[in-house]
Parts: sequence; structure tokens; C-alpha cells
Amino acid sequence: MMKTEDGMGLELRGLKKILGGRVIIDDLDLSVSKGEMVSLLGPSGCGKTTTLRMIAGFLAVDSGQILVAGKDVTALGPDKRPSAMVFQNYALWPHMTAAKNVGFPLKIKGLSKIEIKEKVEAALELVNLLHHKDSRPGQISGGEQQRVALARALVQEPDILLLDEPLSNLDAKLREKVREDIRELQRRLGITTVIVTHDQEEALSISDRVAVMNSGRIEQFSSPQDLYRQPQTEYVATFIGSLNRFEGDLQNGQILGGTDVIGIRPEDLTISREPMEGSHSGIVELVIPRGHFFEVVVRRKDGIFRAFASENIPTFGEHVHVKIKKALRYQNGKLVA
Amino acid sequence: MRTFLSPTRLLLNFAVLLMAFFILGPILWLAAHAFVSGWQYPNLYPSGFTLSWWSKVFVDSALKTAIKNSLILSPLVVLLSMVICLPAAYAAGRMNYWGRKIFMIGIFSANSFPKIGLFAAIATLYYTLNLMGTFVGVMIIQLLGTIIYMTWIPAAAFAAVPRNLEEAARDAGASKFRVFRTITLRLAMPGILVAIVMSFLASFDEAQGSYLVGAPSIYTMPTEMYSLVQNYPIQVAAVFSILLALPSVLLLGLARKHIMGGQLADGFQLK
Ligand SMILES: Nc1ncnc2c1ncn2[C@@H]1O[C@H](COP(=O)(O)OP(=O)(O)OP(=O)(O)O)[C@@H](O)[C@H]1O
Ligand SMILES: [Mg+2]
Repeated sequence: MMKTEDGMGLELRGLKKILGGRVIIDDLDLSVSKGEMVSLLGPSGCGKTTTLRMIAGFLAVDSGQILVAGKDVTALGPDKRPSAMVFQNYALWPHMTAAKNVGFPLKIKGLSKIEIKEKVEAALELVNLLHHKDSRPGQISGGEQQRVALARALVQEPDILLLDEPLSNLDAKLREKVREDIRELQRRLGITTVIVTHDQEEALSISDRVAVMNSGRIEQFSSPQDLYRQPQTEYVATFIGSLNRFEGDLQNGQILGGTDVIGIRPEDLTISREPMEGSHSGIVELVIPRGHFFEVVVRRKDGIFRAFASENIPTFGEHVHVKIKKALRYQNGKLVA
Repeated sequence: MRTFLSPTRLLLNFAVLLMAFFILGPILWLAAHAFVSGWQYPNLYPSGFTLSWWSKVFVDSALKTAIKNSLILSPLVVLLSMVICLPAAYAAGRMNYWGRKIFMIGIFSANSFPKIGLFAAIATLYYTLNLMGTFVGVMIIQLLGTIIYMTWIPAAAFAAVPRNLEEAARDAGASKFRVFRTITLRLAMPGILVAIVMSFLASFDEAQGSYLVGAPSIYTMPTEMYSLVQNYPIQVAAVFSILLALPSVLLLGLARKHIMGGQLADGFQLK
């Protein structure tokens, strides 16, 4: 795991939160480097929003510390923290125009009218919405509202930008574009960012590092590649991407009885019409086109294999041989090298 | 689209006409009588037009005092009602669902008993407190009638302000008070305006209680009406009725402009 080089981004130390008599967040540690973009990824109810709200200051921590840019902000209210948040439903003020929404944080800071106008226009320009500066939130589309909310956060020049499922209310096509826009802006401005999502594709494609959460804890915090290739726990391995999962032991490509868990990524299986050393034979049960590759389901005598293939695609009912190229082994849920 | 009049259509049109007749008829009758010197059955036409009834109202010192009393009392009552009820409404609006429900139903049930019994009880209390026939006494009576409007409507309005709009403002650096002022209060304003209009009208039109504790030393426009109908020509009552209806019409006009306008329409579409 990469460690914060300068400690100037965001640091969470032993965060704990109890809500409704239940421990929601338990002893959570996280270090985000300055300028880094990090995703909190996990299933519904695992505590992503709770964590983000503690960082923003809307929820007091029960114990632990929050450091932003090296300063302890744990005791500060949300108005005093150097963070800016983009809400899931944007939370734009309906009685203000886009420009007024974006200008509000600056007005509070006591900037002059001219300064406010300049900064607001620059921020709206940044998200390509200058032409809507006089529109009310009710008059613009969801995607545009989202960009106004982003501009309102960016105009504050925060030390950290917090985004709670900012794309979940957009349609699939727009979501992809907006997430690229957000990433591009984040890189260009070099702003430390924490984004909450339960969409793993989103997390993997947008972040420098991803923190996979599971019932109030971080299971693994690493780069998208490591998360996929080297999942440290069985939970992460099954949560990220698809996985062929077996209980037992793997020796010379053969699955034997045992108490370990073997995980094989679909692309770590080779399908061939000829038998290979240590290969398993089976019948093709399903061929699913997945865009530029195919997902092939092969039934063996004691289970199925799910494999990805991009050439020499077998057809339904064909007799094939499957060879395991690489496997992950878990003991008590933990990866054994 | 069908162009002929179907039976239901006809019936509907008839109903609308009937309603218009019953609502507008008396108003037109009043308006006409305020400007005629005499117009009695079986004469088809009034005997002449005159503004003398109007000058009579504005010259008569008892009527003038009643108008003055009403115009001073009602705004004061509304103001007092706001000071007392709005904080309670805000607290209720921020309670959880059940807390709010109990509060609202409590206020409602206190208002659902026949008023005259309550007023009689208050009158006995007033005698011991020496409030009988005083300005303050009438004010308190009228205040009671405004409470339901000044709590119910604003409480619902406060409850409808999405929390994360307040959080977003806190996040933007605003203090709690500033958030209340610029976001919460601002977004609840249409509801509060409605409550102000309703309370004003409730106070302005209140006659039963005001008469009971006010007469014979304090008369308001509606209580003055009692003696007016008996002691003056019908045309004076017509003029007075029009004066009595004027604030309602004005306020409703204002409310229509400021409350029904775009703000509320495109306002609360956020969760
Ligand atoms: N005020 C509260 N009182 C009691 N329990 C709460 C409260 N707020 C949240 N929780 C619980 O805390 C857990 C974590 O909630 P949280 O909103 O952080 O989840 P999440 O990871 O953001 O999920 P989602 O992806 O659905 O948004 C949930 O089980 C939720 O029911
Ligand atoms: Mg959430």
C-alpha cells in the first residue's frame, strides 16, 4: 500500500461512528495524497456516505481524527472545513440562479461584487455552463445541475473535493462523459478528491486509488490494477470484476479437495479445441458477446468455468479444453502469495 | 375534440353559472347599493346615483373609529402571532414525523371546539384581569384565531425545505444563522406569506369574540356591523361591507402574484 508522501492531502485516523445503536464505521484509516483522486467503493449500506459526511463535517465522529492538508479539522463545523461537497442530488438552491448558486460561497467569504462575478464566470466556464448563468436550477437539465454543483464546489478552491455518487442520477451515456470531465478537471486543477460510488467500473476508471469498503471497514486500498489483479481478500476478489471461485486446492492445474478458496479471473483461463497440459475438458454452455470479447461458459463434470475469449470463439455445445493460467488463493479470506 | 355540448357539459356549465350567481350576485348587489340613493321593490331601476353613503361613513365618528381600530388591530395581531407562532412552527417543522403530527393535531383539536364557549370562558377570566373592553383584550381574542394558520402552514413549509440545501450552504461556509436566513426562511417564505394573509383575514373578520370582550368600548369593523345594520340605511351597510372586503381582495391579489408565481412552481423539485 502506498503511503502519503507529504501528508498534505487527507488523513483519516481510526474513525468510528455509531448510528442508531449500531457501529456503522469502525476504526477506519485512510491516507489520500495531495492531488490524488480516491474512490470509496462498496455495496449499499457499507458506510460510504457516512464516511464522506464525517469528512465534510455534517456528522461528528465518535472517535478518531480527520486531517486535511496536515491540519486537524475533527472539531470544526462544516462551514470551517476546507472541503467542498457535491451532493448526490446536487442540492442547488432553487431560488437562486446558477451564477448566484456558484457565487454564494464567495459572498460569504466577503469578496467584492467584481471579484465574485469574475470567479463565478471562470468557474461556470470551467464546466461549460456560462450560457446558463442566469438560469434557475429548475430550468436546466440534471447533467447541467450537476455541473453547476461542481462549479459551486470548485469555486471555493477547497483543499479537498468530496463527491457523493455524483453521477448516479445521470443516464449511462452522460455518466461516462461527465466522469471523464470530472477526472480531467481534477487532474488539471490538481485537487485532492474523494468520490463515493457503488459502481465499480466508475471507481476503477476514474481513480488513482480505490478504497473498497465492507460493512464499515476498508478491505483494500490500492490502485485499480492491483485491486483487480491482486485482490488482498476474498471479499475484494469477488466484489471486483467476475471470478471463478472454488473451494479446494490447486495443484498442476487440477482442483483438489481442501479448505482454501481458489479464485480465477475469466481472462486467466485459456480455451482451446485441443487438450493442453493440465487442462480441463467440458462442453460450451453459453457464449455471451461482451463488445470486443466474448464470455464463454463451459460446463465441466463438477462445475462451470466462466472465461473470456477474443479469438477462436467456440460455439454452443462444442467440446473444449480449459487451462488455468493464473489463480488467486485465499486462506480464511486472506490472500496467500 | 367534440364541439357539441354533451349533457354533462351542459350540466357543468349550468353549475358554474349557478355558482357565479350565488357568489357574485350578493357582491354585485352590495356594490350597486353603495352607490344608489334608493332602490326598492317593486322599482326596476334605482331612484338615483349618489356618493353620499360613502361620505356618511367617513364622517361618522363611530364608523371611523371602527375602521381605525381594525386597521391597527389586525396588523398588530398578525405581527404578534408571527413572533409567537413562527418559532414554534420552525421547531415543529424540524421535529420527526410523529412529533410534528402530534403538535399539529394538538393545535388543530384546540381549534375544533365551538369558539363561543371558549370566548365565554375567556370573558370571565378577562373580568378578573380587567381586560374586558380593552384593546389588549380584543387583540388576544383575535390572536387565538390566527394560531392555527400561523403554525400549521409555516410548519409544513419549514418541513418541506430539503435538509441538504441547508447542508450545502453550511458546506459553502455559511453560519447556522445565515443558513436559516438565506436558505430555510427564504424557501419557507411562500408558506409564511400564505399564513400571514390567512391570519390577517382571520383577525380582520373576527366578530364573535371581539364583540363579546370589546363591546361597548372597542368596536372593530365587523362588530360595528351589528349596530350599523340596525341603525343606518342599508346603503351604509353596503359601503361598509365593501370596505370590509377590500383588504381581503387586496391581500389575495398580492398573494396570487407573490406566492403562486414561478418560485414555488420550480422550487421544490429536489428531494
Ligand atoms: N441516522 C442514522 N441512524 C441509524 N442508522 C443509520 C443512519 N444513517 C445511516 N445509517 C445506517 O448506516 C449504514 C451506512 O449508511 P450509508 O448511508 O453510509 O451507506 P452507503 O454506503 O452510503 O450506502 P448507499 O450506497 O446505499 O448510499 C446503513 O446501514 C444505514 O442504514
Ligand atoms: Mg450513500
